[in-house]
Amino acid sequence: MIQSVPDDPHSEQKQNESIEIQLLLEAIYLKYGYDFRNYACASIKRRIVRKMDLENIPTLADMQHRLLYDLDFFETLLMDLSINVTEMFRDPSFYKALREKVLPALQGTPFIKIWIAGCATGEEAYSVAVILQETGLYDACRVYATDFNEKALQQAKEGIYTAETIRQSTHNYKLAGGAASFTDYYTARYDNAIIDQSLKKNVVFSDHNLVTDSDFGEMNIIICRNVLIYFNRTLQDRVFQLFHTSLPPGGFLCLGSKESIGLSEYADRFDHIIPREKIYRKK
Amino acid sequence: MTTRPFRHECIVIGVSAGGMEALQKVLTVLDAGFSLPVVIVQHEAATSGGFLAHFLAGKCALPAKQAEDKEKLVPGTIYVAPPDYHLLIENDRTLALSIDAPVNYARPSIDVLFETAADAYGRALAGVILTGASVDGSRGLKKIKDAGGLTIVQDPQTAEASYMPRAALAAVEVDYVLKLEEIGHFLSAL
Ligand SMILES: C[S@@+](CC[C@H](N)C(=O)[O-])C[C@H]1O[C@@H](n2cnc3c(N)ncnc32)[C@H](O)[C@@H]1O
Repeated sequence: MIQSVPDDPHSEQKQNESIEIQLLLEAIYLKYGYDFRNYACASIKRRIVRKMDLENIPTLADMQHRLLYDLDFFETLLMDLSINVTEMFRDPSFYKALREKVLPALQGTPFIKIWIAGCATGEEAYSVAVILQETGLYDACRVYATDFNEKALQQAKEGIYTAETIRQSTHNYKLAGGAASFTDYYTARYDNAIIDQSLKKNVVFSDHNLVTDSDFGEMNIIICRNVLIYFNRTLQDRVFQLFHTSLPPGGFLCLGSKESIGLSEYADRFDHIIPREKIYRKK
Repeated sequence: MTTRPFRHECIVIGVSAGGMEALQKVLTVLDAGFSLPVVIVQHEAATSGGFLAHFLAGKCALPAKQAEDKEKLVPGTIYVAPPDYHLLIENDRTLALSIDAPVNYARPSIDVLFETAADAYGRALAGVILTGASVDGSRGLKKIKDAGGLTIVQDPQTAEASYMPRAALAAVEVDYVLKLEEIGHFLSAL
């Protein structure tokens, strides 16, 4: 129904708010070098506003001041903005495809390099390591797992998870085609589970920012899941370019279940080889 | 004071487990000429496989699909949040997904959709809370109201689970409390 109504008093406020958010992200970039300017806005804004609520910061202008002058405060916001949510064997069908379709294609490659970009606290990297063990390829592989969040990387290196995390993973491990006993891969201690050294030894965790750092050599497989949903299309294209440069022809690119290269300008440089998974192969 | 033509531009609906029937009752009333996008969060188990979108596509005159990341909202289309992802609306009226931690024990969360939709559409948004057993959605509905949008809650007495409608009514001074049968007709006149 079309009615006639006065101008919306909220619309100016909304416009100003989005200008102030942009300025805030600009300030973070100029001061600390972390570039969130091309992240998907709605999610970033929710986090900033939630932080302001929590800390009783009344306006975005106050928030900017606090961020510029209080490094510790910035670091807590950085944790909030980086969203380290992850789990072992999230989307079991992906790991099944990795086991049954991707890795067999690399049998015979003398040295396989796998890059896990945006590895958060490490669960994904260790899930991949399990699959490598079970396909007999572990010793021929090096897994480079990277993230820009140093606290998350620290946890990843330690490889200590709650018993609860591990219990939940066991079911997904089975769905991912896991035939062994998941308990073989960790040592239980009190309420924790420590990932076994045999899984850790070929996994290297390191600091890398997908927005501001360049590539670090040729990879056979790149796994980057549930990171690109947080980026806008411009930034996604930058990352696809980075991945494209890092893969030889025939190299594999694995994205999250709800991510796609389809809308990007790089779409036609990859074949979508497993329709039900977001697994692509460079032409 | 200047005035300008106004119409609503988007509808968001929140419903928790068991809401399949309620959604069907509301959405089958909308005919093929209906021209607003309808965006839905239903609390679903992570393992449900996203059955709801298929179900609605089979029953409704409007096309229904699972929401995809970065997808542009198209008039007269029903979008359903995929299980285990939050669904957000960006200011440029595209959809976004995230795997942020659950909110109100829910992923997708109704609050997350409603709050971001209120930001994107302001008063041009209509928000609907249907049956459910959660407090999820109350905050979001409040935000829709505060941004000048239209708020509708299913009459708790007619809801299979009255907890969620009651929580919404306690949190927001809503514009309309309607029976399920009435909601579809109300929306089709927007
Ligand atoms: C939601 S988690 C996904 C973790 C894991 N890949 C998974 O699918 O379970 C997103 C991760 O991306 C990381 N991330 C976000 N922006 C990044 C950037 N610019 N460079 C590197 N990592 C980034 C975050 O720190 C976070 O650990």
